[in-house]
Amino acid sequence: MRKLSLDGGLRALLWGALLVPGLALAEEAVTVTETVVAEVAAATPTLNSGDTAWMLTSTALVLFMTIPGLALFYSGLVRSKNVLSVMMQCFAITSLVTVLWVIVGYSLAFDTTGMEKGVTNAYSFIGSLQKAFLAGVGRDSLTLTIPETVFMTFQMTFAIITPALIVGAFAERMKFSAMLWFMGIWSLVVYAPIAHMVWSGNGGLLWDLGVLDFAGGTVVHINAGIAALMAALVLGKRKGYPTTAMPPHNLGYTVMGASMLWVGWFGFNAGSAVAADGNAGMAMAVTQIATATAALAWMFAEWVAHGKPSVLGIASGAVAGLVAITPASGTAGPMGAIAIGAAAGVGCFLAATRLKRALGYDDSLDAFGVHAVGGIIGAILTGIFADASLGGKGLAEGMDIASQVWVQTQGVLFTLVYTAIASFVILKVLDLVMGLRVSEEDETMGLDLSEHDERGYVF
Amino acid sequence: MKLVTAIIKPFKLDDVREALSNIGVQGITATEVKGFGRQKGHTELYRGAEYVVDFLPKVKLEVAIKEELLDQVIETITNAARTGKIGDGKIFVTSLEQVVRIRTGETGSDAI
Repeated sequence: MRKLSLDGGLRALLWGALLVPGLALAEEAVTVTETVVAEVAAATPTLNSGDTAWMLTSTALVLFMTIPGLALFYSGLVRSKNVLSVMMQCFAITSLVTVLWVIVGYSLAFDTTGMEKGVTNAYSFIGSLQKAFLAGVGRDSLTLTIPETVFMTFQMTFAIITPALIVGAFAERMKFSAMLWFMGIWSLVVYAPIAHMVWSGNGGLLWDLGVLDFAGGTVVHINAGIAALMAALVLGKRKGYPTTAMPPHNLGYTVMGASMLWVGWFGFNAGSAVAADGNAGMAMAVTQIATATAALAWMFAEWVAHGKPSVLGIASGAVAGLVAITPASGTAGPMGAIAIGAAAGVGCFLAATRLKRALGYDDSLDAFGVHAVGGIIGAILTGIFADASLGGKGLAEGMDIASQVWVQTQGVLFTLVYTAIASFVILKVLDLVMGLRVSEEDETMGLDLSEHDERGYVF
Repeated sequence: MKLVTAIIKPFKLDDVREALSNIGVQGITATEVKGFGRQKGHTELYRGAEYVVDFLPKVKLEVAIKEELLDQVIETITNAARTGKIGDGKIFVTSLEQVVRIRTGETGSDAI
């Protein structure tokens, strides 16, 4: 995510403009000053139609990831009696989070009132309510070089897909009403503050720490993945798990969904440059490279471990690669992307197949195994492959690989602890107040009929 | 009159139908069924979770014939449906007490 205020490099240039003329020859000084003036002019907020066009496109691409991408990916993995319930959950989350984002979510996540670099105060954790109901977000307001309306909507699509990812953990057993309450509260209590701390710019807790998270490895994937694990644990296993067969009912949907996620992710990662520039270009390239590598890595790992390459395996591998390259997409180079993709493909394969069975939790569709594990692998490796010696963009001044990896780890740990505790509390309270699960009878009948009085397939 | 019931591999249905037509059998009823015999089921694997699928899809054929055609029918089905691998299926033969053609009211072997 590009910084929302004048960044360090520009400040240095401004200081340079004041100091250099006095120290250097007059001729050189004039040149430097002209360069600085040009830089400053470029940094003064003016609308860039190229950037704006790309961000309008990216916003549509990221929305497309949730509906229909994720909805199809997940609904193919459940049994046929629950196909509509999963699609409905994705669709309802899209609508609910949109309205909450307008009312207060955007302000909590991205308002920068009271924030100052290096100063930790309440606004380091959460934004003020200055932009509640989108106050001040009009036709003329700009964020960087694009209309703020576009920036707000672009960020909204991230706020939508993050809770929607959690659906995979509690699929086939959660009450629709409890799901709505959980997602609404989680979106404001967990997503908004984490997004604020990482992305809102100078003064944000994890931003100031120097955490590199270009497109949301921490904010979106680790965040959703940990909440998913909590949901799987608090709700408990599906009736009959793991002794009853619960095979995916339509892997064709899953492949279509994974393909839409892959395409949509160009908006997610390349769009996170908030510009149509070289960073966006490289983000697109590394996204493609890491995803393809991870798809192959999962496929080959499964081929070796189980004797056959599977359709579900290659599709899951692609998603794992997309997740892992997300934080690194602004800093890694092509070779870094191959390494990150390979690590994510194998790592998530082991998490979804071995770890889940060893620990015994029922994360129905592996939201934790793919998004948290892939997100953590990506977040840590981002610190390594950002280094210029490994083909990356280069680390901030004064940082080396070890110190950046430590910063990345701190970001991961903070999110892990905060999200785990907050999600657990929300789930437990809702369980007491209204109950999270459908009855055993309804679960056996399937959520399509029990929650919605509809059937996915009428023959 | 005999009723020949054959359980065969689904992909052999067309071969068997053609072979039976060639020896003069005029009607067959085919049903998609599931079951298991010595072949047992197969395993499916999704993200490391292995499922044993006990019942395999098969096609059940029912053929009503005159008694004198029995040996030929059995031989024809056997030849047409055989792959030599486990799971080729079985043939059951039962006596048929009565047959009625609904349209004309004919009965017995005239109705076959």
